[in-house]
Amino acid sequence: MYFDDVGAVLEMSGHGGFVWTAYLITTAVVLILIIAPRRRQRRFLRQLAGELRRTRSGPNTTQEGS
Amino acid sequence: MWSFFHKLGSPPWLYAISGTILRWLLPVTVLALAGGAVWGLLFTAPDFRQGNSYRIIYIHVPAAVVALAGYYVMALAGAINLIWKMKMADVAMKAAAPVGAGLTFVALVTGAIWGKPTWGTWWVWDARITSMLILLFLYLGVVALYEAYDNKEAAGKACAVLSLVGMVNIPIIYKSVDWWYSLHQPASIKLTGDSTIDPSMLYPLLLMISAFYALFTCCLLLNMRAELVQREAKTNWVRKLALDGGRR
Repeated sequence: MYFDDVGAVLEMSGHGGFVWTAYLITTAVVLILIIAPRRRQRRFLRQLAGELRRTRSGPNTTQEGS
Repeated sequence: MWSFFHKLGSPPWLYAISGTILRWLLPVTVLALAGGAVWGLLFTAPDFRQGNSYRIIYIHVPAAVVALAGYYVMALAGAINLIWKMKMADVAMKAAAPVGAGLTFVALVTGAIWGKPTWGTWWVWDARITSMLILLFLYLGVVALYEAYDNKEAAGKACAVLSLVGMVNIPIIYKSVDWWYSLHQPASIKLTGDSTIDPSMLYPLLLMISAFYALFTCCLLLNMRAELVQREAKTNWVRKLALDGGRR
C-alpha cells in the first residue's frame, strides 16, 4: 500500500475531501443505476400478479354471491 | 447467424438469456469496480504534479469513456429501430438513455471535483466540459421525450431522431481538447502511439474502464428487462412470471 496508515488514506495530503467525495458520489450513482431498474421491474410484476389474482378470483366471488 | 438475430427479436428469449448473463456478469462487475477502485486509491503512487487528487482519474475517465460509447449504442439502436422497426432495438435505446445520463453525470461531477484542486475552479465553460454537458442534456432529453408520448411507437421514432441528430456532438467531445485551447488535458491513453501515462497508473485505469463497460452492459440489460415485462404485460410468459413471483 502506498499510504502509511488510515489517517493518511483519509487525508491524502490535503486532497482527501475531493477524492473521497468523488468516489462516494460515484458509488451512489452506480448503486442507483443497478437498483432502480430491478425495483421498477419487481414492483410492476407484483402489481400485475395482484391484478391477475383479483380477476381470477373475481368471477368466482360473484358466482358465490348470487 | 440469422437465427441468432431472429431469437434476439423474441422478448422471452432475450429476458431469459439476459437473466443468465446478469447472474455472473453483475457480481464480476461489482468485484472489478471495487478492486479497481482500491488499486487506484491505495496502491498507486501519487501524480508528481497533481498529487493525490489525480486518483479521481480512475472514475472520471472510465465514466466519460463509457458515457460516450453508450451514446453510440443508443443512437445505433435508434437507427435500427427507424430502419428495420425492430422493437427490441427500441427497448435497448430506451434502456441506454438513463444509464448514459448517470455516467455522464458522474464524469461531470468528478471532473468538477478534480478541477478544484488542479485548476483552482469547479467549472469552466470550455469546449470539452460544455460538450459533455450537452451530452447529459441529450440523454435526459431522450428520457423525457419517451415519457412525453403516450404512443410508444411515435416516442421511439422521435427519440431515435433526437439521438441521431445528437451524434454531431460526439466527435466534438473527442476532438474538443485538440481543436480549442482548454484547461482540460488531452487524452493520456492512445490506441495508436505511446500513452503518456505510467504503466503502474495505466493498469488500474484499464481495469476500471473495462469494469465501467461491464457496468453499462449490466445496467442496459437490467433496464431492458424492466421495460420488456412492462411492454409484454399481456403475454402469457410475463403473466406466468408475475404469478411465479418474478423468479426466472
